[in-house]
Amino acid sequence: MGKRSLAFNKELAAKILFALSASAAIIAVGLICVFLFVQGLPAIWNIGVINFLTGTVWQPTWNPPLYGILPMIVGSLYVMAGAILFGVPIGIFAAVFMAKFCPRPIYKVLKLAINLLAGIPSVVYGYFGMVILVPFVRENFGGNGNSILTASILLGMMILPTIISISESAIRAISSEIYEGAVALGASHERATFRVVLPAAKSGVMASIILGIGRAVGETMAVRMVAGNQAILRMPHEFLSGARTLTANVVLELGDAYGDHRAALIATGVVLFVFIMLINALFSMLKKKDGV
Amino acid sequence: MAKTNKFSLKNVDLWYNNFQALKNINMNIPSNEITAFIGPSGCGKSTLIKSMNRMNDLVEGCKITGSIMLDDESIHGHIDVNALRKRVGMVFQKPNPFPMSIFDNIAYGPRTHGIKSKFKLNDIVEKSLRDAAIWDELKDRLKKSALSLSGGQQQRLCIARALSVQPDVLLMDEPTSALDPISTAKIEELVINLKKDYTIVIVTHNMQQAVRISDNTGFFLLGEMIEYGDTQQIFSAPSDKRTEDYITGRFG
Repeated sequence: MGKRSLAFNKELAAKILFALSASAAIIAVGLICVFLFVQGLPAIWNIGVINFLTGTVWQPTWNPPLYGILPMIVGSLYVMAGAILFGVPIGIFAAVFMAKFCPRPIYKVLKLAINLLAGIPSVVYGYFGMVILVPFVRENFGGNGNSILTASILLGMMILPTIISISESAIRAISSEIYEGAVALGASHERATFRVVLPAAKSGVMASIILGIGRAVGETMAVRMVAGNQAILRMPHEFLSGARTLTANVVLELGDAYGDHRAALIATGVVLFVFIMLINALFSMLKKKDGV
Repeated sequence: MAKTNKFSLKNVDLWYNNFQALKNINMNIPSNEITAFIGPSGCGKSTLIKSMNRMNDLVEGCKITGSIMLDDESIHGHIDVNALRKRVGMVFQKPNPFPMSIFDNIAYGPRTHGIKSKFKLNDIVEKSLRDAAIWDELKDRLKKSALSLSGGQQQRLCIARALSVQPDVLLMDEPTSALDPISTAKIEELVINLKKDYTIVIVTHNMQQAVRISDNTGFFLLGEMIEYGDTQQIFSAPSDKRTEDYITGRFG
């Protein structure tokens, strides 16, 4: 009897330990949420939601200061779109190649390279961008090189590992029976792969793109090093000019900001947070759809 | 009318790396008849049927010697393998509809072979589904996902899909082994009806099925073809002791 209750207690203790460990993540998210909203929302309120979100001038040192983050919202959207433009097609084709066309020795090298790519710190990407991409863009496209275009190319590279590895597993997860069904109708390997297998892996591929976008929107250091960072509202045709993202706005100014300025930067973080939440919600919606 | 042979196999040997899966197979498969391959698991009957549209090409380490002639032309010669597979359709053991709409499942084959006109595709989809005796069940839900169908419907859809590219031959690899008896009966009836337009080769574990639908039966054991001939003959008076043991249920 005593032995049994001891075993029961042990089990209970283990359960509690596991539950606590699992809730650590939830607590962390909760704390971040509370901190951001408590410190950020009053600032948004003071500045005025409309003024804050649609204001086109960010001049915290003026009198009175102006805290409009539309240029940063738009800047983040530009580099995100650019990263999608460069990263998504290359990523998907690479994933198809690795899952369906790649000879085994080459596969090993590729897989290694992609894992390495995922592990490179973003400051190193930023350095690569400064030394290689900025001069490249300056010489071939014009402008001073620190631009939306440069940041887009660099971010496109940075989201490749996410897109490639998740898309590749999604493609591999499609049963070979479906592929064989297509080949047995006289479809070539290419046609069976692109018209049957890839569409069948659609939701996994979409998930990889959304995770990649999440990474692109949240990326700070590398973008800040190559994007020029001017807090100016740009039009799409100005892709050779510099722009500032939400993330860069926070990291550039938080060091020496205080009072309303500091609160406005935290409010920028709130907007970024909501952005990421929306992207994640989209991701879970897709996953749910896949489950049915 | 004299029988014409659709397929003619001579001295066919097949290896998976060092394992010999087929040993010296010689047989003729007559046009517009149903030929059944029976035998215990691992006897090579599925391997043989997959050699006839070269699906074994997909298996790494698979090597084949001897000759397989389709209408007096070697399937390993100048013929394009995709053209071969268009002529020799296949239905698999497990229904494998594509995860797309019913319409797109059927239209995939014709589209692959260059048919773009929506009008023509509509015609082909209807004709293929009619030929597979599933048009009435599906005609109002062509836009629905093929995965929403029952297993038996999925398999008939797969038969319709195989018919959509107008093959000469239909290879069926245990097409009813995953289905319930009612779906099985429907498919058997369908197969018998298809015989007037197609040459059918069917692999089956179910000996009653072979008796019910086939004209010719081949019995396989450990990669060899033990006996091949008229189905009635094989099942009523087999000439080989091993065939008799198998069909009377003494092993397998």
